[in-house]
Amino acid sequence: MMLLIVLSGFLFSALTRPIGSIFKQALPWVFTALPVLLFIYFCSQIGVVSSGDSLTWTYKWVPSLGLDLVFELNGLSLLFALLITGIGSLVFFYSTYYLKGHAYMDRFYGYLSMFMASMLGVVLSDNLLALFIFWELTSISSFFLIGFNNEDPKSRKSALTALSITGLGGLVLLGGIILLSSIGGTYSFSELLSQRNSILSSSSYCWILVFVFIGSFTKSAQFPFHFWLPGAMKAPTPVSTYLHSATMVKAGIFLLAKMTPLLGGTPAWNHTLMIVGGITMVYAAIHSLFRVDLKGILAYSTISALGILVFLIGVGTEKALLAVGIFILTHALYKAALFLITGIIDYQTGSRDVSQLKGLQHVMKPVAIAGFIAALSSAGFPLFLGFLSKEIMYEATFKYAEIGILLTAAIVLTKIFLLVAGFWAGISPFTGELPENLKATKKPSPILWVPPLLLGVGSVLFGVFPALIEQSLIQPVFANISGLDTSIYLALWHGFNTVLLLSILTLIIGTAIYFQWKPSEGKFARTLRFEKISPQTLLEGFAVGFHTFAGVWTRAVQNGYLRNYVLSILAFLTVIMGYRFYEGVSIYLDWNQLSEITPSEVIVVTLMVISIIFAIVSTSRTASIVALGVVGFANCLFFLFYSAPDLAMTQFSIDTLTVLLFMLVLFKLPKNKIFSSKRIRIRDAVLSVLFGLLIAILTLEVFEEPSVTDISKYYADNAYLLAKGRNVVNVILVDYRGMDTLVETTVLIIAAIGVFSLIKLNLNPSKEQ
Amino acid sequence: MEILLVFIIGLLHAGGLYMLLRRSMFKMIIGLILLGNGANLLIFLIGRLVKGKPPVIDEGLKVFADAYADPLPQALVLTAIVIGFGLQSFAIILIKRVYNVLETDDLDELNSTDEEL
Repeated sequence: MMLLIVLSGFLFSALTRPIGSIFKQALPWVFTALPVLLFIYFCSQIGVVSSGDSLTWTYKWVPSLGLDLVFELNGLSLLFALLITGIGSLVFFYSTYYLKGHAYMDRFYGYLSMFMASMLGVVLSDNLLALFIFWELTSISSFFLIGFNNEDPKSRKSALTALSITGLGGLVLLGGIILLSSIGGTYSFSELLSQRNSILSSSSYCWILVFVFIGSFTKSAQFPFHFWLPGAMKAPTPVSTYLHSATMVKAGIFLLAKMTPLLGGTPAWNHTLMIVGGITMVYAAIHSLFRVDLKGILAYSTISALGILVFLIGVGTEKALLAVGIFILTHALYKAALFLITGIIDYQTGSRDVSQLKGLQHVMKPVAIAGFIAALSSAGFPLFLGFLSKEIMYEATFKYAEIGILLTAAIVLTKIFLLVAGFWAGISPFTGELPENLKATKKPSPILWVPPLLLGVGSVLFGVFPALIEQSLIQPVFANISGLDTSIYLALWHGFNTVLLLSILTLIIGTAIYFQWKPSEGKFARTLRFEKISPQTLLEGFAVGFHTFAGVWTRAVQNGYLRNYVLSILAFLTVIMGYRFYEGVSIYLDWNQLSEITPSEVIVVTLMVISIIFAIVSTSRTASIVALGVVGFANCLFFLFYSAPDLAMTQFSIDTLTVLLFMLVLFKLPKNKIFSSKRIRIRDAVLSVLFGLLIAILTLEVFEEPSVTDISKYYADNAYLLAKGRNVVNVILVDYRGMDTLVETTVLIIAAIGVFSLIKLNLNPSKEQ
Repeated sequence: MEILLVFIIGLLHAGGLYMLLRRSMFKMIIGLILLGNGANLLIFLIGRLVKGKPPVIDEGLKVFADAYADPLPQALVLTAIVIGFGLQSFAIILIKRVYNVLETDDLDELNSTDEEL
């Protein structure tokens, strides 16, 4: 059942073409049905999960690698699954209108459902190896979605940046997973949990942390890896909504939350997350104030929100982890709404410039309502879900040991800036006078404005009646992350205390800034001055440098000269073997065992040495060929002396043929010329002599080993008995290894065809004649 | 005798490699043939030298009565000689073609593609 649920997205994606040809224009609606059905299914599981149970489905996949598809539905994964399918439904629905008439509509839905399935796989997998596979699949499908407008070079570049950052992070994560399993002996997360102590005390705990952190930080756009996310805004707005605010970027958060009971609770874990999350949330919140592009504002406020989540996981107290659970939901609801609204504004007016957009409430009332709700929830006004999460956040940081004040200051600052950013995105475009050039703006279709409004309803509903989600959703998430059974209590009213004061302060200061601070191109341009030292520039510089280095390296090694390849390969071999011999050579020669030297053999050897040298140094081709022939015949004599008549015969005929062929063909060629310089010739000669020497030493070393003759003995003993032949060599060739010989014959035939066609081939008729 | 053969093998490999590294295509083929001879001899030698006892079962017998030379390296070398010939003949014809068309024996001048011919 679960297998089908997770994989149905892949199935739909693979069947995009057939679905498209059957349903034609109705294709988007068929695809939209998928997340809706899945959402309904996951809703039906809320009851089971909230009672504290977790459901597990196990499917064998590659047991030998410890890779099984084990899906576990617990509080944390259920919350994410609901977000993925719920926001997925809205995005699928919204896109039916937003991308209406787009040439690649089918492709878009194919990628989108592939992404949804991968994301479900990430949150439901209990097996960490399977989680990694789904994790990388989300990166890959997001690559296609960011680069959806593939004719735009900027779009392609952003897609590539996102893929390289998240893909690389994923690879590092794999390292962490492998380390974990090498300690725990399993890839199953639930089994690893029981070995928490041995993992914490292991010497590689530190490395596991580093790897898991890099994996999460790249995926969740934490400083200094954050820059791919603003770039990813080149994607169509529904994609930004789905991937880059509500789901994919939260995968890193999900991983950290999932790992908290296993790896968390140590100073290294808490401090790193607090520092990185803290830097990210403040840095990105400040950045979001300087953007004029609506999507730019949203991108940076998303990074900031992700920073808050990482920060809260780092704080790690009960309250903080509770805040994580609520804020994931809060943020998904209001940020997805803001993105969808931005999409509508862009679609209707063709502009996303926040300094130009005004008074749109006169033409798109429902959108304006949704915008106000989202902005107020983001700001944390009472009666909105954002208020709840903000209260708990402040409470968590305020009560944190000695540095509580510092942490609270950081989060209050971030919240103030985020409030301003949220107002700019959700309120500013709708208020004020409608400018002349926007008068003609048409009313958007309900398909566009219903989804953000629904999200707004969620924000208000859960904000007014927190009891709706308290026990059913948040309690199981909290239990999963913290590993505690403490029951939680969400309340709208905590009485007059410092936290409430801070909350009111945030609202007042934030609203004041909103009215005073106007984002403009000029302010945006001023921030560009710092680009020189931004992580993006540094990383891109590194990428360019690496590219150049790769180019130089490739040109040096892959220079296109065959002989240089041979040279470098053999030089390397010689060095390696030389080192090995330097370490110690053991040559054992039993002089009594060696065959004696007869005068006739000495003559042949002398002849051979002379002809080899002659073949090399001779300037006449004919002389070289003749010398080569002599070498071959001398070889032939050796075979004859030492009991190999078949070899001698073959060598004799082949050598004759070669010499004849050479003579016939090369008769017309000019004299041998010397092309290379003396220096190169000396270099080659030195290498060659060393190589020859090494081969000789190697051969001598072989004599130390006793010759293994089991196979030969089997062949020889059975040559007559089984194969009815007396000449063992022949029997081996035509009987035991008959198939080899057949293939060898085929090779010869191919060579013959090659030779024949080369002779007949006429490349340039006029020239030949 | 083995020592002398080892020397020959070393010489064949050294000479073969040196010729293989030359720019002239003709020399390259010489190098190829020398290397081939060296390798064959090496395999043959590793099977140990046995004088005057070819691996042929005597008439009237069903199994060997006496010691015999190792037939396996011989079978390998035989295959190698034949395949080597295929390679050599193809290479020889190929450089002849190249010479006919481009009138050069220098590998470094072969840097144009088919279309430019």
